[in-house]
Amino acid sequence: MNHLLRSSAPISDAGWELLDGEARGRLTPALAARKLTDFSGPHGWDHSATNLGRTSALADAPSGGVSGLQRRVLPLIELRTDFELSRAELRDADRGADDTDLQPLDRAAHQIAVAENVAVFHGWAGAIAGVSESSPHEQVSIGAGPSVYPKEVAGAVERLLCEGITGPYGLALGREQYRAVVETAEHGGYPLLDHLSQILGGPIVWAPGVSGAVVLSLRGGDFLFESGQDLSIGYSSHDDDVVRLYIEESFSFRVATPEAAVAMKP
Amino acid sequence: MGFDQYHEPPEELPPATRTFARLCASLTEESEALGWYEQRIAVETDPEALAIMRDAQGEEFKHFSMDLEFLMRRTPAWRAVAKGILFQTGDVVEHGEEAEAAAFDGGGEGAQGGYADGSLGIASLRGGMR
Repeated sequence: MNHLLRSSAPISDAGWELLDGEARGRLTPALAARKLTDFSGPHGWDHSATNLGRTSALADAPSGGVSGLQRRVLPLIELRTDFELSRAELRDADRGADDTDLQPLDRAAHQIAVAENVAVFHGWAGAIAGVSESSPHEQVSIGAGPSVYPKEVAGAVERLLCEGITGPYGLALGREQYRAVVETAEHGGYPLLDHLSQILGGPIVWAPGVSGAVVLSLRGGDFLFESGQDLSIGYSSHDDDVVRLYIEESFSFRVATPEAAVAMKP
Repeated sequence: MGFDQYHEPPEELPPATRTFARLCASLTEESEALGWYEQRIAVETDPEALAIMRDAQGEEFKHFSMDLEFLMRRTPAWRAVAKGILFQTGDVVEHGEEAEAAAFDGGGEGAQGGYADGSLGIASLRGGMR
């Protein structure tokens, strides 16, 4: 048994399969950062820091005639969201009920996916420098309406090309902007989604938690997501009525090429 | 020769089990080759022949490791046990006992999760457009 303590929970094997499947189904559409950045790992729960290959000078040496340097690392952060499920509902699922109420799990899954997106794209004070805050490009507005999105996205791609940043490029869109894109057809009925895809040469991703939009290169090596423990469901406690669980992950994120992304305000 | 890597009638085995058995047979062959090269290298005195056999043995290290990784990817319980033993310092037997207990005494397959680390196994989602 590992730190998730799953086997201590009053949940059957079939129950765990139900919960894991539900969580996967809820998380996967919303995990935008994993669709647009380089992913390494998972390296395990005991993986605590990312090697940066850099050092800091030390003022003193322990004795004469020697010098010293201190290695710099990027500590992993832990994200966790707690939820509780009705034990009666889980018992019914074991009996074959196919309408089990898993809303608390669904909410938790969405919350942690949003948190991961926000941390990667907008940063986490004191812990993670996000894509948009690292970008040296001026943040322009993506525009008042979807009709101007192609112009702004093409402008962002052109700015990346000017920096020598090659494609393909991906586009992370906040909820409002994504909805506007998928519901809009341009002159002659051509879907805006297809037009933007042609400009980018890469995916357009629904990114709940992102404010506005971010265009970034997918050539690789620019945006680095390092997973320690990948998203997992763990067990906290239970009583007669509910079982308390959590979704957890550990990861670091770093921007190797800040100029490889252009962020756009809503 | 023939189909002697199968212990049961092949036609009764599902495809995944036949693939598993083939890779197990391959793992055995690579392991035997490693042992043979080790013995040949121990007695050979010609430096040129030695260099060739050392190079060949290196290939077998690679083949053995690839077979092993494939098999463990397809067998989460094996991977879970191996993770507690391989590349660890300290007492091998002790690690083996602990890894076995963690993998098999800690609950059923559902409680272990579909992946060796108990995670949801989502990892990278590059390549999907959603």
